Amino acid sequence: MAAAAAPLRTTPLNALHIELGARMVPFAGYSMPVQYPTGLIAEHLHTRRAAGLFDVSHMGQLRLLGPAGAAAFETLMPVDVIGLPVGKQRYGLLLSDEGTIIDDLMFFNQGHDAIFVIVNGACKAGDLAHIQARIAQRCAVVALPEQALLALQGPLAVTALARLAPGVEKLRFMTGGNYAVAGCDCLVTRSGYTGEDGFELSLPAAQAERLARALLAQPEVRPIGLGARNSLRLEAGLCLYGNDIDSSTTPSEAALDWAIQKVRRSGGARAGGFPGADKVLAQIDNPASLPRKRVGLVALEGVPVREHTELQSSDGRKIGTVTSGLPGPTLNQPVAMGYVSPAFAAPGTRVQAIVRGKAVPMQVCAMPFVPANYCR
Amino acid sequence: MTVKFSKDHEWIDAADATAAVVGITVHAQDALGDVVFVDLPEVGRHFAQGEVAGVVESVKAAADVYMPVSGEITAVNESLRADPSLANSDPLGAGWFFKIRPSDAGQLDALLDAASYADYAKTA
Repeated sequence: MAAAAAPLRTTPLNALHIELGARMVPFAGYSMPVQYPTGLIAEHLHTRRAAGLFDVSHMGQLRLLGPAGAAAFETLMPVDVIGLPVGKQRYGLLLSDEGTIIDDLMFFNQGHDAIFVIVNGACKAGDLAHIQARIAQRCAVVALPEQALLALQGPLAVTALARLAPGVEKLRFMTGGNYAVAGCDCLVTRSGYTGEDGFELSLPAAQAERLARALLAQPEVRPIGLGARNSLRLEAGLCLYGNDIDSSTTPSEAALDWAIQKVRRSGGARAGGFPGADKVLAQIDNPASLPRKRVGLVALEGVPVREHTELQSSDGRKIGTVTSGLPGPTLNQPVAMGYVSPAFAAPGTRVQAIVRGKAVPMQVCAMPFVPANYCR
Repeated sequence: MTVKFSKDHEWIDAADATAAVVGITVHAQDALGDVVFVDLPEVGRHFAQGEVAGVVESVKAAADVYMPVSGEITAVNESLRADPSLANSDPLGAGWFFKIRPSDAGQLDALLDAASYADYAKTA
């Protein structure tokens, strides 16, 4: 009980969550649904089989406006922003001057010199201040606190959404556009954070409940809480900011080199020019220099291995720490991710996790644990 | 009824004074969500009141199971080990965790009765 904690904020769907019987918990300063009456496992499996509706309105939304917006934003991230075509979305990393990760985010080129950005809820105030301090003299940085954000995820998400908004089925992974969905004004992108095909819909808060009810009226769709969102993203091998990546980790340590396009790397046309570039590029160029690396891990026995669990070599030396771990509902097997010394990062390497004083055998494995189902 | 409750959300049924049955409460399993794994103690081990004698895990979280009173483990529920969801579906029956031989009857008397526990769980 944090006695001095600020009162929790609520999303525009708060009353609907309560009506649906959600168990509400504090998350990123908001009262959020962790699960509904069917429970985390049923919600997780429903999302993998059909379609789940998530309220992610606690996340931060902002817009960069002006002809210099892309070039300015590119000075904050090791990512190709200038080259992102209109109508496309990309994953980005805000970096500190030490080359560590301040936040991970998604950005979308809306055209007309507008870049739409979604950041993590717990980071949004800091991100906004950081972005404004660094680039507000080159473009307008506009927070969008009146926007709600819903995610519809799962193999039948397209079936359900296309019924309400014909045409969305033409979108491919990481593309988007403006659609009227059940009469609501939505910016729709074909993306999400579950490893499944699906959509994220940003819309005015005042319309959010109408949209949610319209989506929940579709036979494929059920409401899903943050508990299942966490287990889905872990099975998909996706990082949770604050657990798996934070301001102590670099992109290479976090195995996020894939997010750094060639154009920004050594020898690229716009190499460097982002915070911590010397260190970040040196680590990409010389992976052997990494002090640690993020890997996927599967437990070879049934014991779940949680965050903060120590990882050891078979001869009992500490080689790393688990940053996320739980029993994977789709796999019916414990899965985890964590950091290990590079010598132990190769898939197939046997390590052991020390759970309640006992050694639990684990094996490093490639991620995602559950194959991604994106519509490419 | 001989069932008593601890503030750590265990129940203990001491109808058989040499083999009192221990499990987690309806409130505890509800807070945890779907139970997917249990770690049960070794038969024959002695634990003091309040010591961790087992672990119950859901997808979300792991929670310790504490000894409601001091005693020796006389049996563990192998059916629960095989099907941890019994802790959700029948927490006061088939989802029991272990049986103990209590070593201090006075500790039993000091535990909460059903009505007191129900009041306590509302605030916990």
